[in-house]
Amino acid sequence: MPEKPGAWLMGTAKHRAIDLVRRRQTLERKEEEIGRAIERAHEGIDLDAAIEEEVGDDLLGLIFMACHPVLSKDARVALTLRVLGGLTTEEIARAFLVPVSTIAQRIVRAKRTLTEAHVRFELPGGQERVARLASVLEVIYLIFNEGYSATAGEDWVRPALCAEALRLGRVLAELVPSEPEVHGLVALMEIQASRLRARIGPSGEPVLLLDQDRARWDRLLIRRGLSALQRAESLGGVMGPYALQAAIAACHARAPAAADTDWSRIVALYDAVAQLVDSPVVELNRAVAVGMAFGPTAGLDLVDELVQEPSLQGYHLLWAVRGDLLRKLGRCEEARIEFERAASLTRNAVERKLLHKRASECAAEGMAG
Amino acid sequence: MDMRVLILAKEDHQSRAATPPTPQEMAEFQKFNEELVKAGVVIGDGRLYPSSQGKRLRFDGKKRTIIDGPFAETKELVAGYWLWQVRSMDEAMEWLKRAPFDAGTYEIRQIFEMEGM
Repeated sequence: MPEKPGAWLMGTAKHRAIDLVRRRQTLERKEEEIGRAIERAHEGIDLDAAIEEEVGDDLLGLIFMACHPVLSKDARVALTLRVLGGLTTEEIARAFLVPVSTIAQRIVRAKRTLTEAHVRFELPGGQERVARLASVLEVIYLIFNEGYSATAGEDWVRPALCAEALRLGRVLAELVPSEPEVHGLVALMEIQASRLRARIGPSGEPVLLLDQDRARWDRLLIRRGLSALQRAESLGGVMGPYALQAAIAACHARAPAAADTDWSRIVALYDAVAQLVDSPVVELNRAVAVGMAFGPTAGLDLVDELVQEPSLQGYHLLWAVRGDLLRKLGRCEEARIEFERAASLTRNAVERKLLHKRASECAAEGMAG
Repeated sequence: MDMRVLILAKEDHQSRAATPPTPQEMAEFQKFNEELVKAGVVIGDGRLYPSSQGKRLRFDGKKRTIIDGPFAETKELVAGYWLWQVRSMDEAMEWLKRAPFDAGTYEIRQIFEMEGM
């Protein structure tokens, strides 16, 4: 690294702080950029200049700024990928399947919002810091999840987004090593990413966790995930939602075969998550674990309580889970209807196909039975 | 698209692998390695014992021959490795050029992976 890594980093890579030497720019071009940045700084107040003056070499401040709560979630995600991930507007647009102009506007507007709101570069302390950090973690996990199970489009996963989120998480963990939830999030993403290869079948179809060939899991990422989880745990205190979810993911990662999964521990961990996060989706996941630990009837009882939940009505996985439990109980026709309902609700083409397939399997089982 | 690369640290002289670096060299290297970790580049690394403690197994049809180290006839021996996650070969080269080494050959090889990670 050069003598002043901080200055070098911000000078050459303001728009891709983490990006460092990525993107094959030559030294000449870097110098040009510095020149332009200085010109811009003299032209007047804009975000770039503000960053130059205020952020200095503080990457963490830049992350906090990009994930500032005055911005909408979409804006935070776009700005983070652009400013910190070094992705081009085109790449972000492609990743989220929206027109380039939409992302470009989103970024311009986000910068304007930050300027207008007079968002100062700052490293918040105390409660403010906790809240701001939570926003950063949320943005990173949103990016990861959009890559891990794309909500729309033809592909089920977009590994580039997962890789970007993982990188951001790993960088953040080194910037704030004393925050257990950062390590919790990194652990969660590392372990989930370890399954990326295994969760897509030969023709691009999703392979569900318990059906995956565990030999295809990436041992390196699992090891990294488990050590990040250990780091989170060793910092003490009550485990946060990310660390708890990572602990759940670790239960799967540690089981040599699906049948070896410690479901009662997973149920206990979901109980702990549910105490921290009031979310019907968590309840649904807990119901799945209960179904595995204590039988499909116990799981179905919980799911049936959730069926009333308004926010879950359009959530395809609710119906897919219900279908799955009904099928295990031999109630094939009811199961088929739920899988069809789930298929009609998902916006992802590959997932829809899988749900239709399961529906027709139920129909066949119903005939046979 | 991200890729993983393996950096093989090859050391020209047999003895080097067994010669511990000076504290100064070590400190410089650690500083560099830390920068890499902070940038989210390093995902694994390791240093190997000298080849005198290594063994080779040669396959010839059904025949297996064990060769004990040190592998004196080999000019460049792998002494350590790094596993990096980068965007391109160019990025890996840019990083590696900044390493505080003054000897040895470092080979960068992309890891073959299926679509995805």
